[in-house]
Amino acid sequence: MKCDHCDNEATVHEVTVEKGKKLEKHLCEHCAQEQGLAVKSHTSINALLTKYVMSSASSQQEAVRVCCEGCGMDYAEFRQHGLLGCPECYSSFEEQIGPLLERAHEGGTHHIGKTPRRSGGSVDRQHMLAGLRRQLSEAVAAEHYERAAELRDAMRSMGHEQDAGDDDGGVGRARARSEDDA
Amino acid sequence: MTSPTEGPGDIGAEWLRTAGPDSDVVMSSRVRLARNLAGFPFLPKASREDRRQILDIARRNVLDAALAKQVMWVDLADSPTLERQVLVERHLISRQHAKGDEPRAVAVSSPDERLAIMVNEEDHMRIQVMRSGLALSEAFDHIDSVDDSIESRLEYAFSPRFGFLTACPTNVGTGIRVSVMLHLPGLKLAGEIDKVRRAAKGMSLAVRGFYGEGSDAVGDIYQISNQTTLGRTERQVLDDFERQIIPKVIEYERHARRTLIQMRRTLVEDRTHRALGALRSARLLAADEALQLLSLVRLGLMLNLFSSDGPELADVSRLMLLTQPAHLQKAIGRTLDQAQRRIARADLVRAEIDRGRR
Ligand SMILES: [Zn+2]
Ligand SMILES: [Zn+2]
Repeated sequence: MKCDHCDNEATVHEVTVEKGKKLEKHLCEHCAQEQGLAVKSHTSINALLTKYVMSSASSQQEAVRVCCEGCGMDYAEFRQHGLLGCPECYSSFEEQIGPLLERAHEGGTHHIGKTPRRSGGSVDRQHMLAGLRRQLSEAVAAEHYERAAELRDAMRSMGHEQDAGDDDGGVGRARARSEDDA
Repeated sequence: MTSPTEGPGDIGAEWLRTAGPDSDVVMSSRVRLARNLAGFPFLPKASREDRRQILDIARRNVLDAALAKQVMWVDLADSPTLERQVLVERHLISRQHAKGDEPRAVAVSSPDERLAIMVNEEDHMRIQVMRSGLALSEAFDHIDSVDDSIESRLEYAFSPRFGFLTACPTNVGTGIRVSVMLHLPGLKLAGEIDKVRRAAKGMSLAVRGFYGEGSDAVGDIYQISNQTTLGRTERQVLDDFERQIIPKVIEYERHARRTLIQMRRTLVEDRTHRALGALRSARLLAADEALQLLSLVRLGLMLNLFSSDGPELADVSRLMLLTQPAHLQKAIGRTLDQAQRRIARADLVRAEIDRGRR
């Protein structure tokens, strides 16, 4: 069977039943990746790019001309393929891909996971805590309590009880857990 | 290079061992980390010379790090197509990694095949650890120490804000991809597979089938994996699986199996016994058909429907892999066209299905 979008052999198949209607998708590995064949809450980078470009066309026009000094990639090229050219691209295009990442990662804007030991000095830690604090206040403002509880957990696991807000933090966490279990 | 495949009698593939916690439903647990070396472009912008250097650095350091008792290094550009396909079927490399002639490789721990490191796939390194059954924490602890050990020898591309930097922004941050392979014949028979999608809804998880040679979904095997890698810790991602989604899915599947036995026992007996009969007597078998039949027999074994007449679970699990096209041709020792494969596959299944009972 051929892919719905190109001439490659279809290797990924998804059948969804919605309101009694059966929807079938047959895609090659490549197109499936592009489509981010997944549950509905996930949107692929390419879909995000299209949406984002449509919603802020003028600023993107300028962005297209931004070029990475590390590898020479420009933003238009990234938009075309969805892959970046080098580690420096992340700082070169920080302004453009920031909002994109936020959508792709369910509101995540800063790394809060593992840090390489090699660079695990106090500076990086401070950066991460700053990022955590910012995300926490965003989550609280948006009333995303489950996410806020996660962020508090993450701060706590970094040994910053104080930053995690001891007084209400525990309660918020307990609440999120019991909701999940319900 | 040692061959990754043994004879039909022995099978290294961890994900088919059918052991470990909750293995009546969970076939295997897998954790993958995407990592790139600092100071090199990502692969879309890497020259052939860059790729060769990355490969050299990875080979030296991965082999020096003594990550397992024995690590097998396979330069894929020099490997025959059939060997690459065997690695794909064993879930040690991706389909994408099997293609092309650019410098790239995979390192595999031998003989358990629990650890595999793809070099020069979409990222410079993709480290993967696999475990039978539901064992995500063990898999994570293992991969975390492998990652530490590699990182002590070379420098990863990392930024304080974005974490581990990856070619595709969907992987940036932790670079972690957790996936669980599930055998869900009960939900499939009961027509309730949609429950799994609903359970995963709103959690940013992908639900996919696992597919054989042809085009249709086969084997009632599903894979659930995370999509979010930025703004959450590795443990939080694991928690979603271990505490929330997977226990739910296991309970749904067990409930479906119980209900089927209580309400439609004859139907289930009919399906499973027919499947076993077909495997024992077929003269022509397509890969998908074989996998679907083996899936039903696996269900029959889990539900104790065969009394003393059934095959061994180990033989059924082994055949799920050996009936795949590349493994089949490797077992036969030569390349076969599709028509020849169907005959050879049926012969192999008849010879092997009751191996353990003899
Ligand atoms: Zn396609
Ligand atoms: Zn760049």
